[in-house]
Amino acid sequence: MHVRDLAGEAVAGLLARPVRTALTTLGTVLGITTLVVTLGVAATAGNQIVGRFDELAATAVTVEVPESTTGAPVVTWDAVERLTRLRGVESAAAVADAVEGANVSVRSNALVDPARVTTHALTVLAATTGLPGAARGRMTLGRFYDEGHVRRGDRVAVIGEEAARMLGITRLDRAPAIFVGGHAYTVLGVLGDLRRERNLSAAVILPPTAGRRFGLREVTRVLVNTSLGATDLIARQAPAALSPGAGDLLQVIAPPSPARARDAARDDADALFLILGLVSLVVGALGIANVTLVTVMERVQEIGLRRALGAARRHVAAQFLLESTLIGLAGGVIGASLGVVAIVAVSAVQQWTPLLDVRLAIAAPLAGALVGLLAGLHPAWRAARMEPVDALR
Amino acid sequence: MKVSREYPAAPPVRALREVSLRVERGEHLAIVGPSGSGKSTLLNVVGLLDRPTSGGYRLDGVETTTLRDGARTRLRGGRIGFVFQSFHLLPHRSVLENVMLAEIYGGRPRRGRRERALAALERVGLGHRTGFAPDRLSGGERQRAAIARALLGGPSLLLCDEPTGNLDSRNTEAVLDLFGELREQGLTIVVITHEQEVSERAGRRVRITDGVLVEEE
Repeated sequence: MHVRDLAGEAVAGLLARPVRTALTTLGTVLGITTLVVTLGVAATAGNQIVGRFDELAATAVTVEVPESTTGAPVVTWDAVERLTRLRGVESAAAVADAVEGANVSVRSNALVDPARVTTHALTVLAATTGLPGAARGRMTLGRFYDEGHVRRGDRVAVIGEEAARMLGITRLDRAPAIFVGGHAYTVLGVLGDLRRERNLSAAVILPPTAGRRFGLREVTRVLVNTSLGATDLIARQAPAALSPGAGDLLQVIAPPSPARARDAARDDADALFLILGLVSLVVGALGIANVTLVTVMERVQEIGLRRALGAARRHVAAQFLLESTLIGLAGGVIGASLGVVAIVAVSAVQQWTPLLDVRLAIAAPLAGALVGLLAGLHPAWRAARMEPVDALR
Repeated sequence: MKVSREYPAAPPVRALREVSLRVERGEHLAIVGPSGSGKSTLLNVVGLLDRPTSGGYRLDGVETTTLRDGARTRLRGGRIGFVFQSFHLLPHRSVLENVMLAEIYGGRPRRGRRERALAALERVGLGHRTGFAPDRLSGGERQRAAIARALLGGPSLLLCDEPTGNLDSRNTEAVLDLFGELREQGLTIVVITHEQEVSERAGRRVRITDGVLVEEE
């Protein structure tokens, strides 16, 4: 028997009852559509979450340092040097902000003017020289203090933008001084445009050597910025670099990795819909099996005639198998198409970029055909087993 | 052939009792008998649709009772053309397609099949009805289409089971005329019938009663 004859007979058999054939495909259409939409929307949504990821949030790592119990600091001021040398660290700074440093009275001159509020309660903290980079700010006026100022213990300070406004400091060419808790410090610069640690805007920042007077002796926090994708690595390595002896005391706050965000998005809704799709497929297969079986019973005489015309059992089996497979294939193609349309529609509504896997578009019709093939096994076997004598009677 | 056929039952049903029958090439034979006499059983054995319980059946010199299922199927498709009482034309397919159906299971080439089917339809006088659906034909036309289908493979034997059972007298006459023409063209025809008119047109008659076959003058 020629393959084209077989295909022709199968197609003619299906087209003889077009409405029934169309209804039979419905179960497979539903199942395949559900599967394609579930997998496709999950992929699209997962991609979307990654795409929306804020680069700033995704690269910011903060290490909280607990108060020392032994007297020796957990993280020394020079430890930031070691951290900066790690591959993947873009900038880092150690900060000390203690209770003693909060609400220190700061004035911009020594005169007491009863008509104006000249004394402000500002936060005073100590930081290493990498702070502007670590806080993602820039010097709006002047400059940050350097290693020389730190080593010499110079009485210099950098103030935040907000603090400068409150203290009335708008220019630095006359080397203005501020009085912090009664001690005079030369203002070297104003730090502004902070995109991280915005509270620094209303703070007075002193070199670590100068901050001791206000109880700012130990590092309490280390701010780290990593290159994109390096947060996981740096989060693991930072404790050892900062405090080789007591790394496990440090608390690292890192953003969740993109991979984990994608997995979480996929796990949430998908399992349910995948099960739903598979159940629909099974129901579709049962529908095809049932209808094909009914068709076989209805076409007993046709089977007998074909046997009388010289059809072997395998020819009869092949025809019914092909018919059910074609029903499954049609369901798969329609289901895959509807699924793709649904993905695009969902993406359009959500203003996402649809993510279509070509393999999914190919595999879905094949899955439908497989469902049809499996569903046709029993009816085809029944048709082939029929005796021509009984079939023609 | 000299065959018996029993159906398993208690006691076994002996549908054919040592039936001995020889049909020559080009013969027109009528098998007559009342219903339940074993006519259909004989037809099924002759048509290779059923195997006899004992005995042998040679078709064109080939012993068929020892053949495997596949070989019997090929022999059936190639050497025997069936004509049934209820026509067995597929609805939803044109007359031409129904006739072409006879060739799809043999090894004959697809090329020229349409022409051969058209020729067979011309031969039975249905050349003007090729594109019709079977349900738009009269009973006689349907049976002629079925005969065209049976003729398509170029069979050695045309095996007809009550071919006029569903036809009125005018159509019966037309079909019987067709059998006469085919016979003159050298085709072997075996007709099973219980109608006097049909059996009278045959060259030779045998009667089967309770599984026993007797020649009739």
